[in-house]
Amino acid sequence: MSTLVLIEHDNRTLSPISLNVLSAAKQIGKPITALVAGAGCADVANQVAKIADVDLVLLADSVAYEHQVAENVSKLLLEQIDPDNKGADVARFSNLLAASTTTGKNVLPRVAALLGVNQLSDVMSIESEGRFKRAIYAGNAIATVESCDAVKVMTVRGTAFDAISAEGGSAQIEQVSSVHSSGDIEFIEESLAVSERPELTAATTVVSGGRGLANGENFNMLYSLADKLGAAVGASRAAVDAGFVPNDMQVGQTGKMVAPELYIAVGISGAIQHLAGMKDSKVIVAINKDEEAPIFQVADYGVVGDLFELVPEIEKQI
Amino acid sequence: MKILVAVKRVIDYNVKVRVKADQSNVDLNNVKMALNPFCEIAVEEAVRLKEQGVATEVVVVSIGSKSCQEQLRNALALGCDRAIQVESEDGPDSLSVARILAKVAESEEPGLILLGKQAIDSDNNQTGQMLAALLDRPQATFASEIKVEDGKALVTREIDGGLQTLRLTLPAVVTTDLRLNEPRFASLPNIMKAKRKPLEVKLADDLGVNVSSNLKLISVEEPAQRQAGIKVSSVDELVEKLRNEAKVIA
Repeated sequence: MSTLVLIEHDNRTLSPISLNVLSAAKQIGKPITALVAGAGCADVANQVAKIADVDLVLLADSVAYEHQVAENVSKLLLEQIDPDNKGADVARFSNLLAASTTTGKNVLPRVAALLGVNQLSDVMSIESEGRFKRAIYAGNAIATVESCDAVKVMTVRGTAFDAISAEGGSAQIEQVSSVHSSGDIEFIEESLAVSERPELTAATTVVSGGRGLANGENFNMLYSLADKLGAAVGASRAAVDAGFVPNDMQVGQTGKMVAPELYIAVGISGAIQHLAGMKDSKVIVAINKDEEAPIFQVADYGVVGDLFELVPEIEKQI
Repeated sequence: MKILVAVKRVIDYNVKVRVKADQSNVDLNNVKMALNPFCEIAVEEAVRLKEQGVATEVVVVSIGSKSCQEQLRNALALGCDRAIQVESEDGPDSLSVARILAKVAESEEPGLILLGKQAIDSDNNQTGQMLAALLDRPQATFASEIKVEDGKALVTREIDGGLQTLRLTLPAVVTTDLRLNEPRFASLPNIMKAKRKPLEVKLADDLGVNVSSNLKLISVEEPAQRQAGIKVSSVDELVEKLRNEAKVIA
């Protein structure tokens, strides 16, 4: 058994979700090799080398990998797994893992197809060497699936695995010099929301707003509460579709999956779609004026009332 | 330019999913089925590109038993020109689907292949990427905007934390996200017209694709249910509970 993990980062810092993916990797099979592909990303490789459970770091540093373009990164991964193109049966790794983020979801199926194996998406539990659990039907059912592919390729749901320690190791860093650069794809631009608040999927507290907020301006109330709690701010699909806030704030099956210590749902009715994205939170608080709202069926603490009075009051008291 | 759109027949998104008593799978007996919502967005985008004069023909393809012809007719009613059903057992795995679609693409030679980013039943989010890899063509997943000009597609993608724009040389594979467009409803005259549009049936075997899978579904269970908690009557009480009972705030 040996596992290759595609590390997620922004060329400077290791993304926290990689520590959750490495935790899954540790359950599946050591030794663990971590691939850092990017441009000017040596710092990230150094951070990864310090993780106790990582046995070897591969660093592929090239402009071709700067934006994690799937065409290039998939071929780099394929080359690591099956260098002589002899097929999955004699591959150098028995498992390939990445986070179930837009990067992991974009890249990994390409690798699986090139290896001629299937992929397991959004794995939430490892039952045995070849047996895994994953959510289907928007989290309304949990499937146990068995794979007898020679290389198990999977994206991992970060919130389902506890992060491992980022310290205690001193793995060797090996440079990968090959560059795969497709001429058919060109990166134009990226506009990423800049926020002082923690990243949604990594935050220990999340405050989310729904249609009940009535407009985008009223989200300021949530930002203010979130800053006091050191929380990230999310939103329901209804709030995103209504244009109150940008898409990347959406929590739910078609948005981000979160599982913080504390989730505060403000003016969110609790559509199945939304619940699928947050019901694994440890403590859920719901604030809604409709006492019949389905969100109260999953909330540990519910307050029925006017959110415009309740939210400022909560902020005052904490 | 020809556009190929791949669609999947799935449980209607409004239907509450039930797990069978023997936990062998989800119960799909007598359940309303529909076009996968993300596929519907792909169909709409293809039809719009044709209306803009960018595409000349839109071919829709689905893989499954005869029942998926219903969704193909639906796509024809929405504006696709002709349909291909690749007859196979229902629910082949993503790799088999991608291999079949690659064969269809090789014979149809589309300039653009549009798919939904994922099906709402298996939630895999794989087929488009696998297809692009098998064809060795560029991809843009999770598209929220597509512009086609001079043999290239400029695609804005929804990624974690924001948006990314890529320029792809056609032929290319694009998978659609929710906010790419709002699909239209099929009008009655178009539904009638769709019945006379060509629908060709092919066999997966004839395409040289073996759909046997290395993935086996062992069981399906209901997710763990959360117990409803309590309602508190005031903010004072809420903050007290969060601080002393749940211990999640300082």
